[in-house]
This record gives sequence, C-alpha cells and structure tokens, in this order.
Amino acid sequence: MFFRENGQFKSTYRADMQLLPIVQDRWFMLGVIALAFLAVPFVATDYLFLSIINPFLILTLAAIGLNLLVGYCGQISIGHAAFMAWGAYAAYNLVQRVPMLNFLVVLVLAGLIAALVGMFFGIPSLRIKGLYLAVATLAAQFFTDWIFARVKWFTNYAHSGSVSTAPVTLFDWTLDTPRDKYLFLLGVLIVFTLIAKNLTRGHLGRAWMATRDMDVAAEVIGIRPVYAKLTAFGVSSFYCGVAGALWGFLQLGSWEPLAFDLNLSFSLLFMIIIGGMGSILGSYLGAAFIVVLPIALNQIPRKIGVPLSTAMAANVEFMIFGSLIVLFLVLEPHGLARLWAIGKEKLRLWPFPH
Amino acid sequence: MASIPVQAEPRATVEHEAPASRHRIGPVILAVEHVSLRFGGVKAISDVSFEVREHEVLAIIGPNGAGKSSMLNVINGVYQPQQGTIRFRDRTFDLMTPHRAASMGIARTFQNLALFKGMTVVDNILTGRNLRMKAGILAQALRIGPAEREEIRHREAVERIIDFLEIQAHRKTPVGRLPYGLQKRVDLGRALASEPDVLLLDEPMAGMNVEEKQDMCRFVLDVNEQYGTTIVLIEHDMSVVMDISDRVVVLDYGRKIGDGTPDEVRHDKAVIDAYLGTTH
Ligand SMILES: Nc1ncnc2c1ncn2[C@@H]1O[C@H](COP(=O)(O)OP(=O)(O)OP(=O)(O)O)[C@@H](O)[C@H]1O
Ligand SMILES: [Mg+2]
Repeated sequence: MFFRENGQFKSTYRADMQLLPIVQDRWFMLGVIALAFLAVPFVATDYLFLSIINPFLILTLAAIGLNLLVGYCGQISIGHAAFMAWGAYAAYNLVQRVPMLNFLVVLVLAGLIAALVGMFFGIPSLRIKGLYLAVATLAAQFFTDWIFARVKWFTNYAHSGSVSTAPVTLFDWTLDTPRDKYLFLLGVLIVFTLIAKNLTRGHLGRAWMATRDMDVAAEVIGIRPVYAKLTAFGVSSFYCGVAGALWGFLQLGSWEPLAFDLNLSFSLLFMIIIGGMGSILGSYLGAAFIVVLPIALNQIPRKIGVPLSTAMAANVEFMIFGSLIVLFLVLEPHGLARLWAIGKEKLRLWPFPH
Repeated sequence: MASIPVQAEPRATVEHEAPASRHRIGPVILAVEHVSLRFGGVKAISDVSFEVREHEVLAIIGPNGAGKSSMLNVINGVYQPQQGTIRFRDRTFDLMTPHRAASMGIARTFQNLALFKGMTVVDNILTGRNLRMKAGILAQALRIGPAEREEIRHREAVERIIDFLEIQAHRKTPVGRLPYGLQKRVDLGRALASEPDVLLLDEPMAGMNVEEKQDMCRFVLDVNEQYGTTIVLIEHDMSVVMDISDRVVVLDYGRKIGDGTPDEVRHDKAVIDAYLGTTH
C-alpha cells in the first residue's frame, strides 16, 4: 500500500465516494482476499486454524461490533460479551427447537435477538454517560451470566449447565474440519466488514460520529440522540450476537455461561483500544494482537530456550496488556490503526519531506 | 467585547446596498413571547419578547452575559424556558425541542465551535443533510442503488456549499486540523446544508481578523440575498452590526432594552447607558 496516488483524479462523486478510492488500495485488498481464500487453506495447519486464525476471525467480528458502539458512537460498554452470549444461546435454542432452519438464518436471527437485548440495555445511555453508563452495561453482563446459569430453559435443561452442538451443516456442506470452518468464517467476516464500512460512511454512521463528537450540535442539526444511540447499541449487539453464535458453534462446540464472562468483555475492549477506536482496520489489528500475544509468549521463550511457566506467561501477558493499554490511551487513542495510517502517510511522501 | 458602539462611525466593512434581487422583508416568521429562563438562581433571560420577520437580518447585541446565546438556545430548543413560548410561522410552541426546530427549518452555528472533530469537512457538512436522508438501515448496510444515489445527490449539494464557502482545498481534512477561521466557515456550512429558513448565528465573526470578518459578512449577506434566508445573528462588533442588520435587539442582564433599526438603537438612551455602564 505504499505508493502515490498521483494523477488519479476523481471526476464523479461516485468515484470519489468509493470504499477504496485509490486504485492500488483496491488491488491490494483483492490480493489479500485472494490469498486468504486460495493460499491460506493449503498452507495453514489445523493447529494454526484452531488456536489462532479462527479465533482471530470471530473475535474480529465481535471487536468490529464493539467498535461501532464505542469507537463510532462514543458510548461505552464493558459488558459486550453478554451480547455474544445472547447470540450463542439464541442460536443454540433455534437449532435445538427449530432444526430445519438453515444455519445462515439461525445466525441472522441470533444476531437480531442479541440486537434487541442490546437495545434494551442501551436505554440508560439516553440519560447517562461515561462511568455511569459503564456500570449500567456491567449490569447487562451480570444479568446475562445469571440468566443463562439459572434459567434452565435456555440450556434445554442440560444437566451440567453446559450445552453442546453438532457440527454445522450448510446446505450440503458440513463444517467439520478447521479448514471448512475457516472458509465459512472468512466469508462471514468479509460480508460483515463490508456492511460495517457501508454503515459508517452512510448517514447512520455520520449520526453516530456526530453524537460521539458533539452531542448538542448533533441534536441541533436534527440528529435524534435516541435514534443514534439505540441503533448503535442494536447494530453493535447484532455483530456480537453473530460472533457469539459462531464462537459457540464453530470454535467451542460446547460451552457454559462462563465462556462469555467479564474477561471476554474486557478482551474485546482491549482489542479496540490497542487496535484503534473508530477504525474497522483497528478491530482487525487489535483482535490479531490479543489472539497472538498469549501464544507468542508461550512459544517464543521456549524456542529460544527459556520457557516461561504458565503462571509466569499469564503474568507477563497481563503486564504487557496493562502497559500497552495505558500507553495507547495516553499517547495514541486511535491505536495501531493510527500508527499504520501515519506510517503510510510518511511513506507516501517519502523521500520528499513535504 | 463590545466597543463603545454609539460613537463608532459606521465603517463600511462591506458594500451593502440592497440589490434589486434581495428578498423583500416579509411577515413575522418567528416570535419569542415573554420568555424567562433561569439556571438555579441565575436569571439568564427575563420576560423577553421580540419578532423576526421573514428574509430580514436581525442582530442581537448586548454585553457579555446578557443572555444572547441563551436566547438562541431557547429558540432552537436546547434550553427549555420556565416561561414563555416560541411562535414559528403559525404554530406556537410551549416546548421546543432541537429536533423539532431543525425539522422546521431552524439551523444555527455556535459561539464556541461545536464541530464534529473526528470527521472531515465533507462529513461535517453532510450531517447538515441527515434530516433529509431517508435510506433505511438495510439499504445503507448493503449500499444498494437508492442508498448510494441518495448519498451522491446530497454530496453534490454539499459540494455547492463547499464552493460557496471557498473551502474546496480542505474537503477531506479532519476539521480539527483547520485553522479557526476556516472552522467557523465549516460551522456555517453545516448549518447551511440543512437549507434552513431561519439561520441563528452565534458570534460568527468572533476572534477573526478584519479580512476574515469581511469574508464572513459577505457569506452571511449572500445567503440572505440569494436564498432569502432569515438571519438572527449575535455580534459584538458594532460596525458589522450597523452595517449588515435590518433590525437590532438589545439585551442587558437578561432583559430587552432596545429594539429597532440600527439607527434608532444607536441613539436610544437606555442602550447608550447600558453600554457605557458596562464597557471598559
Ligand atoms: N448552561 C448554563 N448553566 C448555568 N448558567 C448558564 C448556562 N448558560 C448560560 N448561563 C448563564 O446565563 C447568563 C447568560 O449567558 P449567555 O451565554 O446567554 O450570555 P451571552 O449574552 O451569550 O454572553 P457572551 O457575550 O459572553 O457570549 C450568564 O450569567 C451565564 O453564566
Ligand atoms: Mg454568548
């Protein structure tokens, strides 16, 4: 992506408003997608799919969802794993109770159910902000943890409280190998990335960002805060709901309510802080970072002959996250995505200083 | 800060002879009736009434803290007054809300810039057209035909505003990076984008140098002349006020102490006293 866009003049607004207005960017993107579909499936091992790539894809989807709410609309939520839980359990119940539904339909319905719950828990945002809102979203987390642990109907009266799923079948395609799951997840993520891009550059996205940047001015120009905030909660929870269903069915296979606890909510927050608030690319970078770091901490010291104990690795992980988050919050609130943009800008002009 | 207005020679900052094309001043479009506004113990506005006629340029002047900005905030529903009503066209509102004001065609700019810092110039101005954009959430998500055509149509309207305000070179710049004077223009552009009938401007020229002020005066007058937009503006620079306004309302300590043509107001005893009493 390091090139100059000299001589590429836009003669129509349609051309100027494209997703990737610069030709090289478009080719680069197509190249990445082609690699992901055609090369990765043959190169990557099952271990790589299971422990890094597939979790990365699913968590990216959830991070995009959270970023739409926090990064684009400026509303905080520290209980977003709850909406993943709603998606996962909604999908579980749909598959159990209405077996003839296509899994794609199940995903959409699970997303919609999570969206409804998300909008409900978003209502406090109409009156409160910041810390108070954060606490209100924490309530969503605790309520959700409680309901799926206690109300047996949701887990279909499973004895241990943990639910398990059969491999997903789509039309005639059974997603039973890690590679199949990967291909399906990749497709889903691409579609949802495009949708997120479209939403954020449409009038809904502008309403979100206006509300984030200056709520009084947004209201005065005619943007209803109720509409902006609740749609942000809805869309964001929809994304997390879908991600939750995928996490349950394609990553975990069987799970209990703890799978979607506060730790996961915090991980999602860390992803968007480190990756970049208000950036779709940042959601990818942040998710990649959070997925890879623990594994790198486990592998690298062993490779160089100084293995860390599990406890030590966990501690180091916490320390690295902690310091990175403080660093990013203080120095670069727009995260890795911003660093990437700065680097690109520098290279675009290089070697000329201006 | 107000200079001593009564002694200032009206200096022609802008050539302003009403051109033939100028819209004739029409009937009352907006009336503020017996409005009182308190913040706890502070009486920001006490029983103020005035009228704004269609197509005119009305200036609101007064010393610092007189309640001018609060008055605009009451008109477009940001503050709810304890007493009084707002009449717009033929409808009377006890309770104005920002959304209602915006959808009826009242737009405003802010004394302390209130731009959307994280967005580009184009996007800031485009928000001014959000009320007119109807594509549903699904259409936007997929950006299918109508949604995209709608975006393009409104983008064209925004480009006309960008041309008019002469900020073409900055369209993709995040507004936070623009110098102050240009940010003021973007603020005006965002308000214009909604194609308002009434435009409330809160000190659009504050903090500008003479040249920037002249540009801003020209933009304001052009809007008024070309589109017939009714303008209510708060301004401290008396030469500007005397120059561009058809009528002047004077506030002091939340009360109205003067209302008339610039000439009448300049020679009004109460106004002179208020200004001489409070200026330093
Ligand atoms: N949100 C608020 N909360 C409390 N007091 C307020 C608020 N807004 C305005 N006031 C008070 O109301 C009074 C009028 O303020 P206002 O901003 O309307 O004055 P102004 O005429 O616009 O002054 P300036 O020329 O300095 O802009 C002041 O005493 C101010 O402190
Ligand atoms: Mg003011």
